[in-house]
Amino acid sequence: MPAQTTDSELPPSGSTEAVRANSPAGPARPVRDGVSLGLAVGVSGIAFGAAAVSSGLSTWQACVLSLLAFTGASQFALAGVMASGGSLLAGTAGAILLGSRNTLYGLRLADVLRPRGPRRLLTALGVIDETTAMTLAQPDITSSRAAFKATFWCLYLTWNLATLGGALGAGRIGSPQSFGLDVVGPAAFLALIWPRLKAGGTERLVALAAVAIALGTTHVLPVGVPVILAASAALAGALASPAAGDTRDSR
Amino acid sequence: MSATWIAVLATSAGCYALKLAGLTVPQRLLASPWVRRFAELVPVALLAALSAVQAATSGEEFALDPARLAGMGAAVAALLLRAPFLVVIVVAAGTAALLRIAGVS
Repeated sequence: MPAQTTDSELPPSGSTEAVRANSPAGPARPVRDGVSLGLAVGVSGIAFGAAAVSSGLSTWQACVLSLLAFTGASQFALAGVMASGGSLLAGTAGAILLGSRNTLYGLRLADVLRPRGPRRLLTALGVIDETTAMTLAQPDITSSRAAFKATFWCLYLTWNLATLGGALGAGRIGSPQSFGLDVVGPAAFLALIWPRLKAGGTERLVALAAVAIALGTTHVLPVGVPVILAASAALAGALASPAAGDTRDSR
Repeated sequence: MSATWIAVLATSAGCYALKLAGLTVPQRLLASPWVRRFAELVPVALLAALSAVQAATSGEEFALDPARLAGMGAAVAALLLRAPFLVVIVVAAGTAALLRIAGVS
């Protein structure tokens, strides 16, 4: 493994160019790919910042979520439940439930990254969809580690700056509805699961069942609870097709 | 400390703890294909439900807002055309905003 500089190499402020410049020649491609993905996805922090503020969170609260929770779907979930008038408890529970997949990512990444001691605490913050996808797409351990680091830091910086920008922007402009910001949350959720819906028949059935459960119980359950109840569709899907990940689903 | 701050900090702590748990827990837990499959499907179920609830309800009532539904329709069209995430969001919000400027709903 090359003498990769340690975490302290990373720029303290916005410059993603420094990540690129400091990378040794070997892992140049994974670093470049990671930085690209980080920038592209991180910019959508604007959508989160705007959605968070229009749902009743303060700019500071939106920024704290991006800094500490740093997992888009969960952050959107808390804001989303608040926007639809749900209880904070239901919003928090939904957000944490959504974060549970990062645990499974961590199980796989632990073997590749082998973080030790205090570094594990920092590495943990970066265990999300995009870093996992980029890390596991690499051909060797060295590239994987470079890809994780580049994706994590670029995405972290961009996502947090974009959150701040989106939150401040949403605060300046008038009614969120007149700018269509009430559509940002639902459209973002749909876009996030879209690749999975295209990937498998089970996914589509689970999504349809989840929508039916949530809409069907909206009248009778407190706001926010129908969404958590919709997780039972995933339970049924997993029971019906365990380990379908590597076998083809019959539509 | 307000209830909202408690929710923000609890969400942050919970999400971080879940990430750290994955790096710390023994590998054999993942050996169960059932656990793996459930974890894959949970985001699909929750995000689909959230999307539908936000698009079609308000509080505990159904609320079919024409501009909002048109925005969601535009998002689907953009996704079918393989638009990147940010473009999907801009198209969806822009459609709803333009329709409202035009006086729809």
